Order: sequence, then structure tokens, then C-alpha cells
Amino acid sequence: MSEQEKKSPILDKRSSRRTFIKNSGLTVGGLVLGGAIGSLVGGKTETTTHTATGGSTHTAIDYSDTRQFFVRQKDFDALSTAAELIYPEDEHGPGAITLGAPYFIDKQLASPWGINTDDYRKGPFQPGEVPLDKAEIMLQGVRKINEVAEKEHDGKVFKDLSEEQQITILSTFEAGEVKMDLVNSAAFFGLLRTLTLQGCFSDPLYGGNKNMAGWKMKEFPGAQMSYASYLDEEEFVLIDPISLGGHKHS
Amino acid sequence: MVTKLPKVDVVTTGMGWTGGIVAAELTKAGYHVVGLERGVERSIEDYLHGHDELKYNIHKELMQKLTKDTITFRNTLNDTAKPVRDEGALVVGTGTGGGGAHWGGQTYRYFPYDFEIRSKTIEKYGEGKIPADVTIQDWGITYDEIEPYYSKFEQMAGISGEPDPLAGHRSIDYPTPPLKKLPQMKMFHEASEKLGYHPFVVPTANVSETYTNPDGETLNACQYCAFCGNYGCEYGAKADPIVTVIPTAKKTGNFELRTNSIVTRVLYDGTKATGVLYKDTRTGEEFEQPADLVVLTSYIFNNVRLLLLSGIGKPYNPKTGEGIIGKNYTDHHTITGAIGYFEEKKFNSYIGTGSLGSAFNDFNADNFDHANLDFIHGGQIELHLFGNEPISNNPAPFGTPTWGKEFKKNSLHYFYRNLSVVSQRAILPHKDHYLDLDPTYTDDYGDPLIRVTFDYTEMDHKRNEFLVEKINEVVKEMGADIIDIIPMAEHFGGRFTFQHDGGGVIMGDSPENSAVNNYMQMWDVDNLFVCGASAFPHFGPTNPTPTVGALAYRATEGMIEYLKNGGGPLVPKK
Repeated sequence: MSEQEKKSPILDKRSSRRTFIKNSGLTVGGLVLGGAIGSLVGGKTETTTHTATGGSTHTAIDYSDTRQFFVRQKDFDALSTAAELIYPEDEHGPGAITLGAPYFIDKQLASPWGINTDDYRKGPFQPGEVPLDKAEIMLQGVRKINEVAEKEHDGKVFKDLSEEQQITILSTFEAGEVKMDLVNSAAFFGLLRTLTLQGCFSDPLYGGNKNMAGWKMKEFPGAQMSYASYLDEEEFVLIDPISLGGHKHS
Repeated sequence: MVTKLPKVDVVTTGMGWTGGIVAAELTKAGYHVVGLERGVERSIEDYLHGHDELKYNIHKELMQKLTKDTITFRNTLNDTAKPVRDEGALVVGTGTGGGGAHWGGQTYRYFPYDFEIRSKTIEKYGEGKIPADVTIQDWGITYDEIEPYYSKFEQMAGISGEPDPLAGHRSIDYPTPPLKKLPQMKMFHEASEKLGYHPFVVPTANVSETYTNPDGETLNACQYCAFCGNYGCEYGAKADPIVTVIPTAKKTGNFELRTNSIVTRVLYDGTKATGVLYKDTRTGEEFEQPADLVVLTSYIFNNVRLLLLSGIGKPYNPKTGEGIIGKNYTDHHTITGAIGYFEEKKFNSYIGTGSLGSAFNDFNADNFDHANLDFIHGGQIELHLFGNEPISNNPAPFGTPTWGKEFKKNSLHYFYRNLSVVSQRAILPHKDHYLDLDPTYTDDYGDPLIRVTFDYTEMDHKRNEFLVEKINEVVKEMGADIIDIIPMAEHFGGRFTFQHDGGGVIMGDSPENSAVNNYMQMWDVDNLFVCGASAFPHFGPTNPTPTVGALAYRATEGMIEYLKNGGGPLVPKK
């Protein structure tokens, strides 16, 4: 058993089904659970180990973990590092990167939501209003993070700094102390934080919350259809999560 | 070029609760009703893939997009209003069902005190109790007069509940029993009873058991799935116009629904409303729909806007106090209270409905003595179990950073170890709070947007201070280890997130103080009816829908009488 598995609260003893899975490897639970355990134990998001009922094992690459919006690797690295600082991997479970939050954010920014299609966008924009769309804010923000890092730390990009240095820089963004163009750095940080949490806990159909590991960590049951049989329960009941895609496959 | 269509008996602008009630009652009486709806037609089949927090709760899938139009907002008469730009900051339903698709379903009645607030306050405390700039007035209807219509709405919607011992009398029981009392609710009941209060299970349109209403429409039993407020119900277990009044109207054969149809003007000849002008939202093609009765059944912003754009009624002027259209705008989006954190408890807080919970009204309306208090009215103290969704809920005691290791640790630990007790409170009108047309911002057609001028008053803050103290005692009695009081912002921040707004086309007993009589009929234009919370002279302490529904049912009686008798005012002018 790996160190991470021992500590992981989602594999604790509250659920006999989970205990059984833990003790018996990856042979129970079909495709969804197999994938979940595989990624949690390995801490990887790019591969999913499927144990088919016939017993043959293959490794599938998740081709959806590919950037649509962020064209420069350096920008995406800064985004990923910042998201992980906001929701870090620790003894309680996976962080933003393992959960796929950076790719979730990339997909959101490439979607109509990224260009504010449902918002009112007519001018004039008054002082204090942000004329930029969300994609523009995020791109400018992550570039600014690297710019500040390089300026303050002899040309080192954000991801190569120590955690303490990274937290210091991100805190100045949060406090609105970094000068940005047409947007306050606190507004950028707020958007980054919001998107990171969405990437950790939205339905996996959007590319984050990989294998429902965010929900498992939070003990959230996901897209259940009914709780009518749990209404009288005095003690906490841990329910295996299901996603919208899971309904399709169950 | 405008295509003129054949005249119909009744035309409505929007197919939410009020449009649906008007369509059902008037078609049952044999009249031909055309329902114009800017959105699409919805069915519960649309909600089968709907348990998606990001799409529905955060990105507000069921609401009007702000792409074409929005509202503008400012705090005071001296500010320049800014548009509400963010889709998440303005919740207004669209499509058939309207606000009745995404509502949570809390269905309290207002109190007898609400309908006669001015007289009853003066009677008990004297005129000096009401500040000069607080423009409260009696509604032109008493609780006893509106009671049968509350019952009618509740019977139609299958409301599940138990009586509130401090509320007005009921002529008939709730049609279905209350939802189940979860362990958290039992804690709330026990604590508030111990403190001497009178808790009850929240009445709800999330129906507790299968129910067939007097029109023959069947609602199914709620599954407590927690995808409720901001979502549509795939079970048909939440009363929604698309499973109640709209099918009732359709069955008569007298109802015609036209979707993608946005009304831009009420046509007015100086005496009567002759019909409406509307556009096909896809093609821009323009139509004139003549009708004997024109019924505005949009949300309040659009009801007021249509009157102002059409030159009907005198616009309210906050500087002189003259005029009526736009007067007494009230916002009802401020719900504060306290969060209790419980180290030894772990609740099944994923369970919920849009209105599962418990409440008490010992500090609401005039149920308590205000003689030594510097505010009037009050609020309902309530515990809600909406179902804690994982993106929106990352609870951590004050002092916890909002990101990073400690944030993660605390928000995971307390996710199932917290309960919020809050209060909804009445919002009273103020002479400076009103709606008018914005001088700068327009919609896609070039028409000015509605401008909101609103802020909290001193009384709002005093009322809040009083209520949070009571809430604090309840949460303490419930055994919380840590209690955080949620602060009320000094100024209203312009997030209109529950679709709780009132006023602008207010009701009353005379054309001197109101735009509509107690049948929602305009005093000045007797074949024009304006339904909705736009009629509220002040915002009662709780959710608006039952009162909106009751007033709409009463209005339909007036409409039928009007059509039968060939016109005329339904209430004599004083």
C-alpha cells in the first residue's frame, strides 16, 4: 500500500465497500471505480487504468488533457502552479493539478463562457468596470504572475520558485497590489480562485474533478437521483458518488 | 413592417406563474388567450440531465441571458448607474415556467399586518413611529380578503406544510403533509422551543406525496435530491407552471402559446390598451396582437419598463414625490444570520430541497412589541437544508484564509459540520428607491434599460442587528462550538440573485396612492392588468410567490367579470 493511500480519507473505514476495494486491488467496481482508484493512488491524471470484466488490462490516454486556450506552455505552467497553491495536494487528498483543474480552466476559457457571451457587454464602461472578457483577464493574469516572478527573482519563472516565494507573489495579486491593465489584480485572483474550485468540484464532464476524486475527498455523493431513503439517518452516511456520465454507464 | 394579427380576448406578456394562472383561469372560462413568451417552451424532460451545479446553480442555465438586455443599478439619486453585467448577478427566469421553473418553492403567506401596515402601525404606536421618508401604505386589500386566493394557489400547487401558529388564519389545511423533519431540523425545533419560540416546518411547493390538484394536474413526490432551487425538477415534484397551470390552459383548447416572442410595447390609445407589439426574437419580425384585455405578466422590471416605454401612467419622481410608475421599488436579496460549526456532529447535508427546513415568526411582522425598538416589522428566523453543493460550499470559520492549505483542511473538515440559521426580513419602501428608464444604456433594439435606485436604510440595519442577536441565541442553544455572524454590507451591492424584487406598479385603495386596484387593474386604463410582485407596496418578510399567485387568482376573477360586463372599473375610484 502506498503512503498516499494510507492517508487518503476517501479510502477510510467508514465504508465497508471502500475497505473491500482497498484490500482487493482494482478488480471490483467496474470501469468508474477502477479509474478512480488508479488515479488516486498514482497521483496521475493523464492515464486511467481500466480493468475490464474479461480480465485484460489496458492503459488509455486521456486525450482531453490537451490545451485549447493557453497556447504557451509557460502561461499554462503559471496557471497550474497558482491553482495548486490555491487548492494544494496534502494528506487530505489530491490538489488542483491532480484533479485536472488547470485543464478545466483551459476548457472554460475556450468556451463561450470565456468570452462572456451571456453577459451584458455594451458600453460605456465606467471607471471600476472591467471591459475585458474572462479569457483576456486570465491570460493577462498568468503572464503577469510570471512577469513578477522573473522581475523579483532573477529571471526565474513562477513555477521554479520556492513555495514560500510563490505564496508571497500570489498574495500580492489577491491584495490588489499588482498593477494590471484594465483590471484589478484582486479581481483576477478572485476569478482564478473561483475557477480553481470549480475545476476541483464540478461534474467530471467538464474535465476537472477527475474520476470524481474531488467529490470523494469531500465525501459528496454527486449527481444522485434521490435521498428519500436516508431522511431518518442520525449518523453520517457515506455514499459512493455518481457523475452525470456515470448514469449513462451504470 | 408590422403584421397585424386577428384580435383575441386576452394577451399576456410572459408565461411564468402569473401568465400561467391567467391563461388557466381565463381559458377555463371560455376566453381565447394568447401567451407571448420571450424564451422557449420547456418540459420536465429538459431536466433529466440536470444535476449539474456548474451549469444550473453557477452559470444560471434557466435564467434570462443578459446578452440583449439587463438592468442598471445605483445606490443613490446622485450616482451614475452601472449595468448589471454578470449573468450570475441578475436572476430572472425565462421560458415557460419563468421564475416558477427555478424557484425553491418556499410558500409562506404574508401576515395580516403586512396588508394594513400603515394603519396598524399608527394604531398601535402612533404616526411618529413611521419615518417621513418611509413610504409604506396599506395594500387596499386585507388578509381576510386575500385569504381565499392564498388557499386557491396552495391547492393548485399542492403545497406541503403544517400551520405556523403565529400566522393569519387558514380556511383550509395545506393540501399535502409537510416534508420530513431531518435531524438538523429537530435540533432547530428543540432549541427554539426551549427559548420559547414557535417553530414549524417550512411550507413548500416540493410536494411531499403524489397529489392531484383541482384542475386534474398531478404532482409527484419529492425525492430530496437537492437539485432544486435554480434547477428544474425532472420528477414534476416541484409545482411549476409547466406541470400545473399551463397544461390546464392547453387542455381547454382556448390557449395559444407563442414562444420566442418579446413584447416591446403596450399599444395605448389614451383610454384603452388596444394590444401589444412584439418581435420574433430570432428574425426580428414585428407583430401587432390586438386584444380586449392586455395582461402584463412579466417579471417586475419588465412590467414597469413596458409601462414607461409605452407612455402609460405617470412616472414617479423621487424629488417631488409625484407620479406612481416606478414608485416603492424594494429589493429582497439580503438574508443574513449566523453559521454554527459543530465539532462532534456530521450531518447528511447533501440531502435537501429548495425549501426543506424550519422557521419561526416570533420576531416577524408585529408579532412582538416594537414600542422600545427603533424599527418596525421584522423577519422570519429559519434553518434551510438546500443540500450543500461542493463548488458553492467551502465553509470555514472566520480567520481561515480563503485559499491554501489551511483553507483546504478547514473547508473539508467543516463541509458536513455546519448549519446556517438566517432571517429573511421585510424591506420597506423609501421615497428615494424607485425604478425609471436609464438615460444611457439600452437593449439590442435601442430601448432604454430599467434603472434601479436602491440602498439599505437605517431601519434595515437596526432590524438586522436585532434579528442576528436572536439568531445567535438559537445557534448557541443548538450546541454550536463556533458561531460566526454573517455581516450585513453597509450598502446594497447590486446582486439580484433570488428574483425577489417588488414595487413599481403598486396596489392600493385609490388612484392617489397606487397604479392598480386590488384586482391588479390599472386605475387609468381599465382593460390593462399588471400582475406580479410589481404590485407590492412593500416587500413582505418572505418569498413573494404565494402572494403573487394569490393576487393573480383574484385578478382573474376581476378579468372575467370585466369581460362579462363589457368593461368598467372593478373597484370604484375614491
